[in-house]
Amino acid sequence: MSLIIPSDMSRRHFMQHMATSVAMVPGMQFLSHLKANAETVKKKQKACILMWMGGGPPTIDLWDLKPGSKNGGEFKPIKTAAPSVEISEHLPETAKQFKNLSIVRSMSTREADHGRGRYFMHTAFVPNPTVVHPTFGSVVSHELGGKRPELEIPSFVSIDGGSESPGFLGMTNAPFTVGSNGNILNAGTDGLDPSRMNNRFQMLDVIEGGFIGSKRGEAPQSHKDIYKRALNLMTSKQMEAFKVDKEDPKMLEMYGNNAFGKGCLMARRLVETGVPFIEVNLGGWDLHANVFDTLANQRLPVLDKGIAGLTQDLTDRGMIDDVVIVWMGEFARTPRINQDVGRDHWAASWSVMIGGGGLKNGQAVGATDKDGLSVEGQAYLPGDIWATVAHALGIPLDTVYTSKNGRPIKIANSGNPIKQLIG
Amino acid sequence: MVTVIRQSHARRWMGTFAICVVTLGAAWVTGSWSADAADKKAPAGKKTATEKSTDDAPEAKLDKKSVEKKTADKKPAKKAEKPAESKEGESKEAAPAEAAAKPIQLKEPYSTGASGSIAETVAFINEKVRLGWTENNIEPSAVAEDGEWLRRVYLDIVGHVPPVEEVDAFIADKDKAKRALMIDQLLDDPGYVRSWTTNWTNLLIGRGGGGANMGGPQRRAALMKFLREGFAKNLPWDKIVYDLVSAEGRYDENGAVNFLMAHLNDGQVPATAITAKLFLGLQVQCTQCHNHPFNDWKQNQFWEYNSIFKQCRENVVQKYDEKTGRMVFDYAELVPQTFEGPVYFEPRNGLMKVAYPRYEEHEIDPGPDTNRRKEFAKLITTGEKTQLADAMVNRMWGHFFGYGFTKPVDDMGPHNLASHPELLEKLGTDFVKAKYDLKQLIRWICNSEAYQLTSKMTPKNEIDNPANGERPKFTHMYVKSMTAEQLYDSLIIATNAHKSGRSNWEQAETQRRMWMQQFVLAFGTDENDESTTFNGTIPQALMMMNGELVANAINANKGSYLNTVLSDKGNEATKLRELYMSALSRQPTSKEIAAAKSLVKKAKTPIEGYQDLFWALLNSNEFIFNH
Repeated sequence: MSLIIPSDMSRRHFMQHMATSVAMVPGMQFLSHLKANAETVKKKQKACILMWMGGGPPTIDLWDLKPGSKNGGEFKPIKTAAPSVEISEHLPETAKQFKNLSIVRSMSTREADHGRGRYFMHTAFVPNPTVVHPTFGSVVSHELGGKRPELEIPSFVSIDGGSESPGFLGMTNAPFTVGSNGNILNAGTDGLDPSRMNNRFQMLDVIEGGFIGSKRGEAPQSHKDIYKRALNLMTSKQMEAFKVDKEDPKMLEMYGNNAFGKGCLMARRLVETGVPFIEVNLGGWDLHANVFDTLANQRLPVLDKGIAGLTQDLTDRGMIDDVVIVWMGEFARTPRINQDVGRDHWAASWSVMIGGGGLKNGQAVGATDKDGLSVEGQAYLPGDIWATVAHALGIPLDTVYTSKNGRPIKIANSGNPIKQLIG
Repeated sequence: MVTVIRQSHARRWMGTFAICVVTLGAAWVTGSWSADAADKKAPAGKKTATEKSTDDAPEAKLDKKSVEKKTADKKPAKKAEKPAESKEGESKEAAPAEAAAKPIQLKEPYSTGASGSIAETVAFINEKVRLGWTENNIEPSAVAEDGEWLRRVYLDIVGHVPPVEEVDAFIADKDKAKRALMIDQLLDDPGYVRSWTTNWTNLLIGRGGGGANMGGPQRRAALMKFLREGFAKNLPWDKIVYDLVSAEGRYDENGAVNFLMAHLNDGQVPATAITAKLFLGLQVQCTQCHNHPFNDWKQNQFWEYNSIFKQCRENVVQKYDEKTGRMVFDYAELVPQTFEGPVYFEPRNGLMKVAYPRYEEHEIDPGPDTNRRKEFAKLITTGEKTQLADAMVNRMWGHFFGYGFTKPVDDMGPHNLASHPELLEKLGTDFVKAKYDLKQLIRWICNSEAYQLTSKMTPKNEIDNPANGERPKFTHMYVKSMTAEQLYDSLIIATNAHKSGRSNWEQAETQRRMWMQQFVLAFGTDENDESTTFNGTIPQALMMMNGELVANAINANKGSYLNTVLSDKGNEATKLRELYMSALSRQPTSKEIAAAKSLVKKAKTPIEGYQDLFWALLNSNEFIFNH
C-alpha cells in the first residue's frame, strides 16, 4: 500500500480526469495551475541539511580531542585536509573533507535535559510556556519554501526523526517525517478512480466548510489545509526524490549503505528537487556507559561515511556552496569519564560541526580549555549557528515574527553570524 | 528589511492541531496555552485589513493595559488587541478590566441534575470559573446541544464516539438530570476501564512500549492488567500510585513493577524524572544538571529523588527456545538491591556533592534497612493537601478541557502559576477528602457548567483562545484532537463492528497497537521519550485518506456496516441521517443533504456514492476533533 505513484495514476492521468469532472472543488483547482514538470526546478537553490544527533554526542571524542588530559579518553587526533584542524582518528573520511567543513568548538548552551536541549538547539530559544517557537527547519521552510511555487512536496523534510514543532509558523511548515527507506505510507490510492477522489473532496469541502464556519478556533481550517497539501503530494512527480533506492549502488556505498547514509543521500535528492531544509537523524548518542567501544565500533563508522559521502557528493555536483551542512545534538557529554566508562550530559563547552554553504570553511572556531571543561574566549549559542545558516541561505537577519500572543520574535533569537565563518 | 508575519497566517495554522510532538509525560493532553507571562512592553499583534476582525466586542479586553493601548493608538476596529503580558516567570494575573463599559450579565448556570456533595463542589467550580469571566468581561458560549455534548463526554470518558442508538435515546430523554446520569453511566461502562488503562499505559511506559527491553509486549500486557484492575475497582489514586512506586516482584505476578522496570536504565535517572512528572506534576529533570532555571529548586532535589530509586534493579531471566535454538524472554522481576547512604552528583563547578533521600521537608532514613521507595510512596500519599492530588486534578482537568490550569499540565511550580489557583487548590483538597476517588473527580469536572458549553465561540468570548498563548478562561469548550486510540475505537463504533462480532475489544487492542506504531517516533535517547506524527500532520491525513483503517470502515461487502445500512429499509434521507449520526452524532444540514444526494446520484452505483459520503464524513475535521 505504500506505492508512491501508482502506475495507473500518474499526475497527468489524474489531472485529465479532474479536468473532465463537471466541477472541481476549489481545494483541487490549484493542482491545475502547477506544472507537473520537476525538471524545471533550478539546481542552484539554497538549502540546509541538519544532521541531528539525538541523545547528545560526546564532541570531546569527535571534534575537540584532549590528548594528555585526564578527560581525553581513548581516541587520538588525526590531521585533516584543513591545515590547522585535527579531529578524531575514527573519522578518517570526514577528515579528508575538511576543506569544506568547519568546527565551532566553543558552544555553551546551558540546557542539559534532553527535551529542553532539543528545543533550545532546534529553535534557538529556551522553552517558555507562553509561546511555542518554531524549529529552525520551519523557519527556513517559511522563508524559502513560500518562494518556490514549483515545489509540490513539503518544504521541510525530517528523515528518521521528528524534529520539533513548527510553533507559531504553523502546520504548513511542520516537518514532514519520512523513514530513510523512502517509503511514504498511504500515499497511493490503490487504483481509486480519480473522479471518485474528486467526488469525495467535493463532499468533504461541504462538511468541513460547515464546521469551519461554526467558529471553533483555527484547528478546523488547519485540517482542511493539510488535506490539500496531502493531496498535492500524492500526485506529485517530485515524490521520486524520496526513492533513494533508485540511486546507483556505488553512490549508496559512498554514503555508507545504512539508514543514516540513505538519509543523507535522500537529503541531497531533496535539495535537488528544491526542498530548502532537510533534517537527517542519527540517534543512539546517549552514551552514559561504554562510550569508546560504542563510538569506535558503531556510531563513528556510520557517521564518518555519511558526512564524507554527502560532502563529497555535493562538491562533485557543484552544490557545496549552496548547501549548508550543520551537525549537532541537543548537547554534548561530560569531559569527565564516569565509572561506567561513559560520559553524562554536558552543555557548558562543546562543539558543533558546520560546512558548505559558501562559508569560509576549513577552520576550527573557538576553543575549550585543556580539559574541555570551559570555553576559552567567546562562547556561542544555537542562535549564532542558525544566524550563520540564515546568512548563508540569504535570509535577512532582521526578520521579525509576531507570536500568537503578540510578542515580537527575532529570527534565530537575535543571534549573530559567526564572523570567522562568513568572512 | 523587517518581515512581519500577518497574524492571520500564524493563526490559521496554530491551535491544538499544531502540536505534533508529544513527549511521553504529556502524551495525553495536547494543545498549547500559556500563563500570560510575557513582556509588558511587547506590542500588540499587528493585523492587516484583509483579516477578519476578532475584536467585534470592544469591551472584551483582558486588562487595562490593552484598553489604554487601544485608546492611545487611535486605530479603531480591525485591530487585534492582545492581552498585555508580564515578564517571563512573573506570571501575574491580568488586572481586572476596570475600564469595562458594562458588566456582563450571567444567567443561572445550566444544571446537569447532579445533587448532594457533587452539586456542592460543582457550584464552587462554577463560581470560580465565572469569576474569571466577570473579571475579564467575557461571556460564555451557549450550552452545547445534546448530540455535541454526548459525543464529547463519550470520547472523554470511554474513549470513543457514541453509538447511533445512544445518541437518539439521549436526545429523546426528557429527564432533567440526564447529563448527570449519563456521566454515571459512562463511568460504569467497561469502556471507562479500557480507555483509562490505555491513557495511563501510554503515560507510564509510552506507546513504543518495551522498546529495547526484552519481553516488551508481555510486560505491557501485565502493566495493563494491573491498571485495568485498579480502574475497574475504582481504587483510590493514592493507592495505585503507592503500588506503582513501591512495587517489587515478577512482571507477571505484580504488574505494577513494569512501570519502574521500563525506566531503571541510566542510574535510575529516567525513573526519577518520570515519577516526579507523572505523579507530582514536577519537572525536576532539568535540575539533574543544574539548579532550576526559573525557580529556586536546587540541583540536589533531583538527586534526592534519585536516591530513592537506588535500592532496586531489574533482573531479566532468559530461557532456551528449542524451536529456534535461541535464548528468549522467560521473565523479568524488580528485585531489591542493597544501597545505603547518599548519592553523589556533580554540580557545574565540578565539585562532587551528596544528596540524601527526602521528599519536601521529610527526610528518609538513609540506612540500609529502610525501604526508601515505600517511605517515599507513603510520604507523597500522606496529608490533607498533597502535590499528588493537585497534579492529578490538573491533569484530569486538562484531559477534559484540552487545557489544564498550567501548561503543560505536568510542569507545576512557582515558575508556572495556575490559571485558577483557588479552584485548583480546592479541588486538590476535595480530592484528598474524597479518598482520591477518580470517578468522583471526573463527576465534578463533567457536571460543571463550563463542561456543558458548546465549542462554538461568540464575539463575546473569541478572545478566550488559549491556543494563542493566553490563559484559558473556559468560556467555551476548546477543540481537542482525537488521540490515535480514540480514532481507532471510534471507527469500530461508527461502523458497528463491536456489535456484529467483526471485532472484539481484546483483538482490537492488539491490532490497534500494531497500527499505532506507524506514528511513533523515538528520540534516540536513553530516556524512553518519543513523539508522534499522528496529530495534524500530512502522514495522518494520508492515513485517513488512503489507509487500510478507513478503507475497511467504508467497505461495502456483505455483512459490512455500509452494506447493512443500504439494505435496510428506509429512504435516502434515513440512510443519510444514519451515516451522519454514526460519524458526527448529528443530522445533516439541508446543504449537506443536497450535496450528498448529488454525490450519490453522480456515482456509478449508489453504493459507491455512499462509500464516498462516508469517506468524507470520516475524513472531516468535525469527525477527528473532539469538540
